[in-house]
Amino acid sequence: MTDKTEVKTLDKVVVRFSGDSGDGMQLAGNIFTNVSAGLGNKVSTFPDYPAEVRAPQGSLSGVSGFQVSVGADVHTPGDLCDVLVAMNPAALKQNAKALRPGGVAIVDIDSFKEADLRKALFATDEPFKELGLDAQIVEVPVTTLTKAALADSGMDNKSILKCRNIFALGLVCWLFDRPLEAAVNMLRGKFAKKPAVFEANSKVLQAGYDYGHNIHASVSTYRIESGEPVPGVYTDINGNTATAWGFIAASERSGRPLFLGSYPITPATDILHELAKRKDLGVKALQMEDEIAGVCSAIGASYAGDLAVTSTSGPGLALKSEGIGLAVMAELPLVVVDVQRGGPSTGLPTKTEQTDLMQALYGRNGESPVVVVAPSTPTDCFTMAFEASRIALEHMTPVILLSDAFIGNGSSAWRVPEADELPVIKAPVYEGGEGYKPYDRDPETMVRQWGIPGTPGAEHRLGGLEKDFETGAISIDPANHERMVEARRRKVEMVAYDIPELKLYDCPDADTILVGWGGTYGHLRTAAQELAKEGRPVAFAHFNYINPLPRNTREVLSRFKRVIVAELNSGMFADYLQSKFPELEIKRINKVQGQPFLVGEVVAKVKELL
Amino acid sequence: MDNNMTFKPADYKNPQPVRWCPGCGDHAILNSLHKAMARLGVPPSQTAVISGIGCSSRLPYYMATYGFHTIHGRAAAIATGFKVARPDMTVWQISGDGDGLAIGGNHFIHAVRRNVDINMLLFNNKIYGLTKGQYSPTSARGFVSKSSPYGTTEDPFIPAELVFGARGNFFARSIDVELATTEEVLVAAATHKGTSVVEVLQNCVIFNNGIHNPITDREVRADRTILLRHGQKMLFGKNNEKGLVRDGFLLKAVTVGEDGYTMDDVLVHDAHTPSNFLHQQLAMMDGKELPLALGVIRDVDAPVYNEEIDAQIADIRGRKGFTSLRDMVLAGNTWTID
Repeated sequence: MTDKTEVKTLDKVVVRFSGDSGDGMQLAGNIFTNVSAGLGNKVSTFPDYPAEVRAPQGSLSGVSGFQVSVGADVHTPGDLCDVLVAMNPAALKQNAKALRPGGVAIVDIDSFKEADLRKALFATDEPFKELGLDAQIVEVPVTTLTKAALADSGMDNKSILKCRNIFALGLVCWLFDRPLEAAVNMLRGKFAKKPAVFEANSKVLQAGYDYGHNIHASVSTYRIESGEPVPGVYTDINGNTATAWGFIAASERSGRPLFLGSYPITPATDILHELAKRKDLGVKALQMEDEIAGVCSAIGASYAGDLAVTSTSGPGLALKSEGIGLAVMAELPLVVVDVQRGGPSTGLPTKTEQTDLMQALYGRNGESPVVVVAPSTPTDCFTMAFEASRIALEHMTPVILLSDAFIGNGSSAWRVPEADELPVIKAPVYEGGEGYKPYDRDPETMVRQWGIPGTPGAEHRLGGLEKDFETGAISIDPANHERMVEARRRKVEMVAYDIPELKLYDCPDADTILVGWGGTYGHLRTAAQELAKEGRPVAFAHFNYINPLPRNTREVLSRFKRVIVAELNSGMFADYLQSKFPELEIKRINKVQGQPFLVGEVVAKVKELL
Repeated sequence: MDNNMTFKPADYKNPQPVRWCPGCGDHAILNSLHKAMARLGVPPSQTAVISGIGCSSRLPYYMATYGFHTIHGRAAAIATGFKVARPDMTVWQISGDGDGLAIGGNHFIHAVRRNVDINMLLFNNKIYGLTKGQYSPTSARGFVSKSSPYGTTEDPFIPAELVFGARGNFFARSIDVELATTEEVLVAAATHKGTSVVEVLQNCVIFNNGIHNPITDREVRADRTILLRHGQKMLFGKNNEKGLVRDGFLLKAVTVGEDGYTMDDVLVHDAHTPSNFLHQQLAMMDGKELPLALGVIRDVDAPVYNEEIDAQIADIRGRKGFTSLRDMVLAGNTWTID
């Protein structure tokens, strides 16, 4: 970096790449993320893409975005971005509000012709003025320069235009002082089978970088501070991949083969994609004929002795309800992943919400308790998928893992655990001895023994009909039914003694506690930190274990004068806590817009409630 | 019966009392299944019987094998997951016409299409018994029941037609009272690799008594049914005096020695031919103009779903050679922080 450029040092920066859904914005954003993570920065990403696969080119509905926050201490992809890359007027218009006042807007000025402005429904020929943009606008002829860089490549015009995203990436890499080697390596991997495309892209990447270097006088560049991460081997991972890998790790640590029965559904499909690839690790991932067959094939595999998983989103969870009830009754281990999206019905398929909580807790016929857990962050998806599997296998129960679109698609740097870092999972497998009775329970944990088919002497019949507490034969005895209802309930409650206690973060001595659960961790934790900086300290607690709750929940929450529950629904977790602890005074912060919280809005709302 | 069998029918039989109605056709099918299992010689501990909901789906409780009485319509999906997870086990799936073809129709056709190695028994009594007498998807048009007091206004499925529509490779048929034939086709179904569908015409003594009588009554059975065996002439009648011959693209029933037809004209059953053209015609015979076909109508080898999965895993594991998740991740794009 040259000395003429104004260099700002920041503890974190937020960059948003935006363009047509076919412009390759996700790829550019991903590479920038990986390069930054490789430099030791913490990263958090938010891909924001439309439900339409390809909306009309240049239209407002076809805008695809990828926001990444990079820095020393990053918990969220950031509320507003410092740098916005807009490949066309529609992208600029859709994202102008996401740009911090005084930030940098990089636009491909070649795509700002009159026709382009009309497609984006601009009324005038002055888009920046019309939007009232308070920004350093960098007008870059991205298309012209990309074409010039590839003039001798022999590629056709269409293929050349596909490299525009990488020109923008090169420019952003210059802006943030990112060396290009790592980006080139990623392009090489991405286009391993198309050497010509790789050559073109690396050339364009360099051209973008050089262009930045040549015009630098007019823009500020940034140096981003790094934190001090735990030493180890890292990789970039999104929440859905982390979820898939958590199951593989649980399979390795339990010795039970991994089975996935699934059906494609946004935003959960990437879990199916990843596990389908992992035939190289012996995973059996079946794309079944529907959601019901997804859960049912998993139940069949569970009865057969596998670690069985089904993955879905809210509408699919509704279809799987009866199947989950069967697993409750048969007391079989089963993990159901719900990557939540906006509902009800088809709702907002690509957007995030936490509105399936009540469905997960109660959405089945009869008294049908299951364990419910929820990961906090993309990398926590690995931990909680592992935990969900551990609890399912060790406690012989279905477990619902409530992820969401925000953390499922978001990514961050993940330290690959060492071979023996994770605990061994010990399922209660019947290994001979006394005659096998399927519903023989551990008197304390209420966990039954698992008779794996193929074991001589453990032949038994399970089913959805109520069974006798002692013998496991069909029973319609009234007192026995009540006893079995109680046994199933107690079995799930006893899981509380096998999970971590609730932790307090930040200002434990404050009189108010901010409480969240699942994928809102980053925003809420950052909001608590901001409030402390502003002299309005609040404690913070975040729930990953929803049913059962950590056993110290009442003790912790009752220490505070005020409990503020913030969640992306109309108050489901607040209602749940209130039903368990009627004595608490619970206040609520709710948002149901299909979008994650903004730190700023949480801070403002907490202040109102203080 | 072979006296050297490792297992006796009783080894597959649960001592629990059987709770089907006295006179129900299910009793006979259960007996035939116990006998078929003993003949196959697969140990009870290596056998799983998976069912849905309905009278017939109570069957797993009467077995001494592994058994799973699941939820309505889903047995085919559950059996698919089970078999893929445990290809070493022999899997039987029990459904009725309601469970398998109404609420479970989707799972039925997809299991057949995939050709997962399970043996499906379809108990067809053309009625809902457990819910006490509603019409089923195999009830004839106009059938009067509690839910169709003026007769149904819809056409039934013919199970075989669904199997062929789903490109099935094994279809056999029997009647509950034909114990030997049922046992024979069950053994053939289990021996076949891939999805085997066995339709058993079963009498519901309470809600649909005698529904199959026009075909199954002792006096008419020989003339209105034909037992097909691979490689044998398609003969039927009390003294095997009748046969099936080609009539253009269709089939015709004739009396051998009459109207110029000789034994040479009578077709020889080929259950193994890949084309299902003739199999479909045989399976669609309804006991009126042409006799209802019993026995193994189609039995063709084709790639088996669970075997293909295992082969793909073995191939890919061999090529990539990863030993663990960590191994796989480290082979990808990573960086180290010291």
